[in-house]
Amino acid sequence: MDFELTRSQKQIQKAAKDFAKGEFDKQLLLELENKNLFPREIWKKAGDLGFVGIHFDEEFSGAGLGIFENVLLAEAFCSKDSTAGAALMFASHGSEIILRSGTGEHKEKFLPGVAEGNMISAGAFREAHTGYGVGTIKTCAKEKDGRWIIDGEKAWVTNAGDAGFYLVLCLIDPEEDPGKAMGVFIVESDLSGITIKDSGRKLGCCMVKTAEVKFENVQVPISNLVGKRGQGLSQVQNYWNEQRIVAAGVALGTAQGALDRAVAYVKEREQFGRKIARFEVLQHKIAAMATRVELARLITYKAAFNFDRGQINPAETNMALEVSATAAEAVSDEAIQLHGGYGYMREYEVEHFYRDAKFIGIHDSNQGLRLGSIAKQAIGKIKG
Amino acid sequence: MEILKFTEEHKAYRERLRLFLEKEVIPLIPECEEEHITPRSMWKKMGKEGFLCPCVPVEYGGPGLDFLYSVIVNEEMARICFTGLAAGLHSDIVVPYILSYGSERQKKHYLPECVSGDIIAAVAMTEPDAGSDVASMVTTAVEDGNEIVINGSKTFISNGVNCDIVVLAAKDPAIENKHQAVSLYIVEAGTPGFTKGEPFDKMGWKSQDTAELFFSDCRIPKQNRLGQAGDGFIMLMGKLQQERLVCSLGALFSAETMLDYTMEQCKNTMVDGRALSRSQAVQFALVEMASELRIVRTFMESLVIDHIDGKQIISETSMGKYWTTDMVKRIASRCMDLQGSAGSFETSSLVRPFRDNRVTSIFAGTNEIMKGIIAKMMQL
Repeated sequence: MDFELTRSQKQIQKAAKDFAKGEFDKQLLLELENKNLFPREIWKKAGDLGFVGIHFDEEFSGAGLGIFENVLLAEAFCSKDSTAGAALMFASHGSEIILRSGTGEHKEKFLPGVAEGNMISAGAFREAHTGYGVGTIKTCAKEKDGRWIIDGEKAWVTNAGDAGFYLVLCLIDPEEDPGKAMGVFIVESDLSGITIKDSGRKLGCCMVKTAEVKFENVQVPISNLVGKRGQGLSQVQNYWNEQRIVAAGVALGTAQGALDRAVAYVKEREQFGRKIARFEVLQHKIAAMATRVELARLITYKAAFNFDRGQINPAETNMALEVSATAAEAVSDEAIQLHGGYGYMREYEVEHFYRDAKFIGIHDSNQGLRLGSIAKQAIGKIKG
Repeated sequence: MEILKFTEEHKAYRERLRLFLEKEVIPLIPECEEEHITPRSMWKKMGKEGFLCPCVPVEYGGPGLDFLYSVIVNEEMARICFTGLAAGLHSDIVVPYILSYGSERQKKHYLPECVSGDIIAAVAMTEPDAGSDVASMVTTAVEDGNEIVINGSKTFISNGVNCDIVVLAAKDPAIENKHQAVSLYIVEAGTPGFTKGEPFDKMGWKSQDTAELFFSDCRIPKQNRLGQAGDGFIMLMGKLQQERLVCSLGALFSAETMLDYTMEQCKNTMVDGRALSRSQAVQFALVEMASELRIVRTFMESLVIDHIDGKQIISETSMGKYWTTDMVKRIASRCMDLQGSAGSFETSSLVRPFRDNRVTSIFAGTNEIMKGIIAKMMQL
């Protein structure tokens, strides 16, 4: 057991921090956040430097590294700016399904664009009536004249409108197949029959668009089914296991960034004739925040480490996100409090860390869903 | 047990206010939130309908009603979550300074228009370097013949852009004891040397024109001093009980509104054919929040009664302010979690109160300051 990062991991971490420091212009980011715009130029540069799709194979413009390294990036980017960091990390949303289950052709066609910062991807799984699950989706793909015809409406699609392609979870030929086999289909966004229904501004992660996407008689090539008929549900569930570790990394970075700002502020701000960092209660607040950040880091790193070793454990993944997301919310909330009135001003940034933290905690799962998943494993089979 | 005894008149007033807000106010909120300012015409309408300054006596142009009418206005305003039309701030926080400490001339001069909404009032204590430590303010007011010359700046001032008068705290640099150096003044907008900043870009309170105020050799007549010279701190402390009570009530009412909404949403949102509220964990979460709100409401209503009876309840109102403003954050967060993705869009009725309430544990004295006050009162 070794808690040290490897030399190359340290280098990646430093490079990511340097990149964020150099490229995350505060005024520009405040403006993009305000206008709900994706940071395209920063993302492109990140792609050029190999920060996007670091876990993709090298032949597909990745670095052949793991989720652990991806988490290090999430942490570094989000600690500099939670909103921009989340946007960069979620730009490849859903594309891991191609990485894990796609054919060589799929990977060749779609992954390099994602990794190079030329194409955003979007997982379109959930529907308005399915909550956080996908068990009862209605969107379907029917085979007709050598093509798939896709019809249905997806809700809360990350990167909707910005994406170059969607990964759409569908029932396959539901009329002929009572077994409700599902599949994930790659649907390029320039096909006709796709409409985006803007759902308006969100509480947080406002550089990432989240909207409803309607597919009407969208025709895709027969080869665009990823994997086999009937694998869709488990592909999406596996994806969520992986994605939740990255989301935990985003939350971890958000918590760290809020803590960093709070520490800097209390050491600089004077009230009652002294630096406010001298007040015992504020010291203890900082200590409690630092403790929560460290806990989030430990479990997130562990979940990522195990994932990369092939020990995929949904309970651990959910614990990582639960601990990190609640830490991010609590730490950024306290960071606002420590900033006093200034903390409420957008200029001082911690307010958007708080909004982002809350959003990450309810984005693809909420507490109830995570606890349910952890309980399944913690309790095991119940007899009688 | 019914603690607050609302009469038929109170109920009719609330009903009339609700209808007014629905018709004249709610449709305009999105635009005000967008523009970071609320048109003065809305203040005038509120005044014309009798919803500003309910407690100002008839002799000064007010309706001369009891404090329960203020409670009603604060409750209804919190329910619609509209911070731009900060009626509670105007009527129950700023105007009482003039009503309690103003000279007969000042009262006759300003109060009727405060009631009608022709005058929007603000109070200015906080400075860039004097937040929690308000006694360290550096804005100065120096007598020069029949005039007072003011220099300095004040920040985070609600109604800052719209205000026609500011109740300003400033110190006399000649007096060393900082608690005896502060006096209050009424400064009118338009006085040379008094300028207003742009509205701040904030997490919430988007329709509220919170701004910085600047005073540069700003000369006002000496008769605009409020109360006695050097009594500024005593006057500020004297009015903080009501200010904190109003803030606590706002937080409580907002939390109740969020829970009501969430309860409805959980009953009506079907996931895989089953209402969210059929989940045992969701039920317990809703029950826990409802229980806390009932308990806190009981406490807060008892404070309202004590306050109306003229009791000094500094410690209790500080406790109320600390508890309710922390509680409203917890409830906003938990309600949003229960509703999941649907609750995280601005189109839901949760996001604006989530953003707006975050400041309540900071303004009118942070909760750390509240705890410090309570500790002192407990002689710790």
